[in-house]
Amino acid sequence: MKTIGQLSEALRLREVSSVELVQDALARIAVAQPRFNAFITVDADAALAAARDADAARARGEAGALTGIPIAHKDVLMTAGMRTTCGSRMLAEFVAPYDAHVVTRLRDAGTVLVGKTNMDEFAMGSSNESSYFGPARNPWNPAHIPGGSSGGSAAAIAAALVPGTTGTDTGGSIRQPAAMCGITGIKPTYGLCSRYGLVAFASSLDTPGVFARDALGCALLLDAMAGHDARDSTSLDRPPEDRSRALRESATAKPLAGLRIGLPREYFGDGVDAAVAGAIDTALGALRALGATTVDIGLPAVKHSVPVYYVIAPAEASSNLSRFDGVRYGHRAGHYTDLADMYCRSRAEGFGAEVKRRILVGTYVLSHGYYDAYYLKAQQVRRLIAQDFARAYRDCDVIVGPTAPTAAFPIGAKTDDPVQMYLNDIFTIAANLTGSPALSIPCGCTADGLPIGLQIQGNHFEEARILNVAHRFQQATDWHLRTPPGVESAVRKGGP
Amino acid sequence: MSWEVVIGLETHAQLSTVSKIFSGASTAFGAAPNTQASAIDIALPGVLPVLNRGAVERAIRFGLAVGATINRRSVFARKNYFYPDLPKGYQISQYEIPVVQGGALTIATDAGEKTVRLTRAHLEEDAGKSLHEGLPEGLTDVSGIDLNRAGTPLLEIVSEPDMRSSAEAVAYARKLHALVMWIGICDGNMQEGSFRCDANVSVRRAGEPLGTRCEIKNLNSFRFLQQAIDYEVRRQIELIEDGGSVVQETRLYDPDRNETRPMRSKEDAQDYRYFRDPDLPPLTLDDAWIERVHAAMPELPEAMRARLVAQHGITDYDAAQLTSSRALVDYYGAAAAALPAKDAAAHKLVANWVLGEFSAARNRSDVAVAAAPVPPAQLAGLLRRIADGTLSGKMAKEVFDALWAGEAAGDDDADAIIERRGLRQVSDTGAIEALVDQVIAANSATVAEFRAGKEKAFNSLVGQVMKASKGKANPAQVNDVLRRRLEA
Repeated sequence: MKTIGQLSEALRLREVSSVELVQDALARIAVAQPRFNAFITVDADAALAAARDADAARARGEAGALTGIPIAHKDVLMTAGMRTTCGSRMLAEFVAPYDAHVVTRLRDAGTVLVGKTNMDEFAMGSSNESSYFGPARNPWNPAHIPGGSSGGSAAAIAAALVPGTTGTDTGGSIRQPAAMCGITGIKPTYGLCSRYGLVAFASSLDTPGVFARDALGCALLLDAMAGHDARDSTSLDRPPEDRSRALRESATAKPLAGLRIGLPREYFGDGVDAAVAGAIDTALGALRALGATTVDIGLPAVKHSVPVYYVIAPAEASSNLSRFDGVRYGHRAGHYTDLADMYCRSRAEGFGAEVKRRILVGTYVLSHGYYDAYYLKAQQVRRLIAQDFARAYRDCDVIVGPTAPTAAFPIGAKTDDPVQMYLNDIFTIAANLTGSPALSIPCGCTADGLPIGLQIQGNHFEEARILNVAHRFQQATDWHLRTPPGVESAVRKGGP
Repeated sequence: MSWEVVIGLETHAQLSTVSKIFSGASTAFGAAPNTQASAIDIALPGVLPVLNRGAVERAIRFGLAVGATINRRSVFARKNYFYPDLPKGYQISQYEIPVVQGGALTIATDAGEKTVRLTRAHLEEDAGKSLHEGLPEGLTDVSGIDLNRAGTPLLEIVSEPDMRSSAEAVAYARKLHALVMWIGICDGNMQEGSFRCDANVSVRRAGEPLGTRCEIKNLNSFRFLQQAIDYEVRRQIELIEDGGSVVQETRLYDPDRNETRPMRSKEDAQDYRYFRDPDLPPLTLDDAWIERVHAAMPELPEAMRARLVAQHGITDYDAAQLTSSRALVDYYGAAAAALPAKDAAAHKLVANWVLGEFSAARNRSDVAVAAAPVPPAQLAGLLRRIADGTLSGKMAKEVFDALWAGEAAGDDDADAIIERRGLRQVSDTGAIEALVDQVIAANSATVAEFRAGKEKAFNSLVGQVMKASKGKANPAQVNDVLRRRLEA
């Protein structure tokens, strides 16, 4: 499977048309869907029509870097005319009358939407097991999770179905599945990409982002997607940036010379799987070989990030999901006795167990008498965590460590133990609490052949820097180019 | 044992913005159900609120008008509860830090002027409406939801419990109502729900701590406000005097039965789980904006009242009456401007007529100032004829009634009516002297009584002269001439 950069070049040279790319993607999806369940909805007709438009635009000389590139959106982003389910029975038939801002931006950039990817219900989960449409599976081993909540988006790239997808990251929902599926995924700074049309889970943490095979692909997608949106009051108005420019500059012998990499003691302790620790260590060696230096740093408050997150995120979720009441749209119970009964039955039937759990927790921590002890305290600790990072960035330029403590676990292994499941996000949550950018790139694999992810975090608005570090690493390694066994042979021959 | 009544009011004033507080949908009243509800108002998944600056500007205007603190940083919170006409499952409101804090209003009471302190005023969104009747054919056993009102900006204005009678509460509500219309932030239309009050009422024996209060919801007329409080006060006093105690609860006023009924008790009170709305950054106001709003503020009622006394020479009482309503004082101003004379006598004449005949006629026909059939210039045309002696007061009332009845249209129509009805007052001294002489000659007995010291006889002679002139003689002149003749 080629990268977005390679496909962009092939399209530019007319070696391939967008229609051919989309036909190929549709064929691959048809074969892969029973195995990986990466998609919830595929709209072949709309995709082919958009591909023809893209080819026509190119013929008129109106093509950009992404014109004609097939992509898929996480099914939490509103797409006009194509259903948006959020992986939930509640919205199983919901078709929005409008596009999310990021969907519009990527369409305006010429990308071709082929469908919507599987996800944990309302983006609540780290394994994609809470989807109403069944779990997406890890292309490296279909018995294992692809990560979550953007599991379908990550699996779709790992399975070579499309070269780029969107995701959303509230506590690690882009980076953790990127790590599990051996691909590249970036969560940008909060506010860089509009949340308008992203179905809210935890509004102060939800961040749209992207997946691709490599950092350059992510940079191209992110540049197209980022931008101010007056309809989102938390959207930031900043001058446009070309985040791929530095990546396209030719490499020197020491492209990372001068870069100070912070290694938080808290990310390298107990609880990190030995294979993961080994792979990270090897990756750090590669980064040093590229000219970077490493420095030990401390992020003492980060150990509280999981409990802080599991107070703030459910609190916001309990309020955000109140609109799903069966009154105006979404699932409404077939039989009920009165208004309260309609609410109870519609929500009981429409929501799955994990969503209910978080609504209950969130309702509890906001309740009279508990607010101060939980929600207010969590907000205070959130500020302490942000202070830790601000302090750390005086001594280093980027912070590196494992994306997740383990590789992908088997489906079903942690479904009975939510706390074990939540601990999977221990390294990713802090970037959501601080709003700073972070990405995950593949850097190795376990003895069982499951990918391992390296997380690179940067200070606010330093997407270009962390993408460049990832890119230079990828120039020196080939983890990002590896495909799961059987993936290439499972698709028809003759495609790109 | 004497009882003291303690009342505080919470008032919801719909702000007169063209679009809603968090969406671009229209706020116009009366459209077909759900035709003014955008994706944001019906809370589709994924939509986000964007604050309407016009609503903020109006809140600032209010804060400046009542001498309140305008918080440079205020915060929007979510008030969470389920109701079919609340599409998001929460109302966006200001909780811990409102945009306006403090301030006061001065009201007139029987015992003189009184200050009612304001606690705060905060911005929030209105809910939609549940419709239980008037639904389309075939829809039975269901409720309808109209979300046109959902998201209409509200300023909730909370008073301290400073009022001590229903009359004071009504005086406060009227004053507030006039003020929000005066500064142009609310259309004040109570029938349409643009201005509605909740009353917190408690009673205590003199000198005792505050009693337990009940909140009476959604009073949308001054009469209902008064009646609801009066009923509630009686209810609470009787309850306590019978050995019971007041339970804190929310009550509804039923105007048909003139009683309040329990709606929900404190135990049933919902836990609204307030928390800062993560979709909206704190509202920050810079001094420059507040200064711009300040510079564009109209002259406030109290300032105008003082100015009318000082510059127009009218009484403070009249000035207070006139400035009780922007529309009324504007009418007064327009009528005064149309009069050639600018002295105190002219202004007093205008004030007397605007507060007298004009207001009485308006009350009789129940029309707003703006809809009155006599425009200010027309009234000025009439007053000009009083000032120049053409009309007696009695004649002027006749002309006014004719104008009110629509007998003429145009600024000079007082003159047209005067001509048509032959209402010109006789002020010719020679003619009056002739009439006086005629009456003296014909009433020698009465003249003798007067000369014997009976002052009443004088009035009788004046009446005779007026009768002889068919009411057209200038009464002041008749007085003068008659007295001169009799004392000669």
